[in-house]
Amino acid sequence: MPDLTQAFLELIRLTSTDLSPDVESSLRRAREQEASGSAAQSALDTILENVALARQNSTPICQDTGTPIFYVQHPPGWSTSKLTEQIRAAVAEATKRTYLRPNAVDTVTGKNSGNNLGDPAFPTIHFEETEGEDLLVDLILKGGGCENVGAQYSLPNGRLGAGRDFEGVRKVVLDAVFNAQGKGCAPGVLGVAIGGDRGSSYYASKEALFRKLDDENTDSELSKLEHRLMEDANKLQIGPMGFGGETTVLGVKAKSLHRLPASYFVSVSYMCWAHRRRRMTIHGDETIYE
Amino acid sequence: MQKITLPITDDVIRELRVGDSVSLTGVMITGRDAVHKWMIDTFVQKSRKPEGDDEMVYEALVPILDGGAIYHCGPVVAGLDTGDYSFVAAGPTTSIREEPYQGDVMRHFNLKAVIGKGGMGPKTLEACNEVPGVYLHAIGGAASLIAQSVQQVRAVHKLDFGVPEAIWVIEVKDFPAVVTMDSHSSSVHVEVETHSKAQLDKLLAS
Repeated sequence: MPDLTQAFLELIRLTSTDLSPDVESSLRRAREQEASGSAAQSALDTILENVALARQNSTPICQDTGTPIFYVQHPPGWSTSKLTEQIRAAVAEATKRTYLRPNAVDTVTGKNSGNNLGDPAFPTIHFEETEGEDLLVDLILKGGGCENVGAQYSLPNGRLGAGRDFEGVRKVVLDAVFNAQGKGCAPGVLGVAIGGDRGSSYYASKEALFRKLDDENTDSELSKLEHRLMEDANKLQIGPMGFGGETTVLGVKAKSLHRLPASYFVSVSYMCWAHRRRRMTIHGDETIYE
Repeated sequence: MQKITLPITDDVIRELRVGDSVSLTGVMITGRDAVHKWMIDTFVQKSRKPEGDDEMVYEALVPILDGGAIYHCGPVVAGLDTGDYSFVAAGPTTSIREEPYQGDVMRHFNLKAVIGKGGMGPKTLEACNEVPGVYLHAIGGAASLIAQSVQQVRAVHKLDFGVPEAIWVIEVKDFPAVVTMDSHSSSVHVEVETHSKAQLDKLLAS
């Protein structure tokens, strides 16, 4: 098994400093939609200028480089403990090189570890054994501001008049976007999971964030829901940074999970505009970043 | 764009209105969750006795905060091994977590400007009116860009809080922000929330 520490380091650098093209394009489109000279447009101008500068200087787009969350899909035969070791070494090195901010705080003592290595859940690494020959590694850097505005609902919800159907899902997701206001660094991207238990539901809502902003959900019902939610969320006019404006969300990605008869959870993971996610593919001797 | 030099006078504060773009020049400090709790517990409510370098740090902060600014920011800092510090990425963090503390910190230190993102609540708005002071919104996530306005790191206190939570004394030039809460009880955040609530109610009824 090869030592991929350097490849992981490059994946982290790229994710932290070079925003994905689909996210940048959607920010440009959002800029065009805002009124000329508005605070919303000015915020998006600053955002786009910062994106270019971070890429040019290889410095973090946002200082809150969040919890590094890795999803690793590996063919049979790979050692997950060795991969974990290499990822952790790369995370510590990336912190030293200021691609990442030291973010792992011991909740009992209050001490920051200084190198982003905490207990086995920090950084978070998910492994899945897959068919095929390639090793796929997805990384998302999700900051605390947007993580704090995530929400989970149990349907029915009387306060919002939300029943156990997609109409109910629509209502609670809009409530979550309203509650977030600009605090999650709008315009955000919503990962929405419907069903599951509390844990699997939140997990799936984060997985949904790996999808490209311009893709279509393969399930036609979920696709319709995504479009409706995007349209409605933007009608809230919270706008970039919560300054008011046309763009409150850049995208909505939904996923459904089987649920217990008694449970109907809706989980919303809010991702800030600095939607830092990248994929690395190890294909034979080749390493591809996208 | 209005250029403001720190420390700020009451007259300058009273002239600022929500929606004004400003650029700040002078010396300010970063301070967020741990710092606000430490200030309140140790020096405002005095529910905890000063220990270690607490009093020394407090004395160092008093002249900077009098008429000054605090920035809700947990930066990425280079030079941690040599002590030759520089800011690499330094956007604002979400301010609302300091809502229980901020107004009292403003009153205690005569703090004129609170810089962060996402806005703050009624307690801080009241303090803005009284002190007087303003809340300045920086662009969240614009960390590489904002770091360029940090000319120099003058000192760091409470590094044992961790890099993001420490008190960094920084000299800034043309630090960009927008007034979203002023000393006349106006708040962009209240306006946007009120409008979006009306929109939400319509969408829930449809």
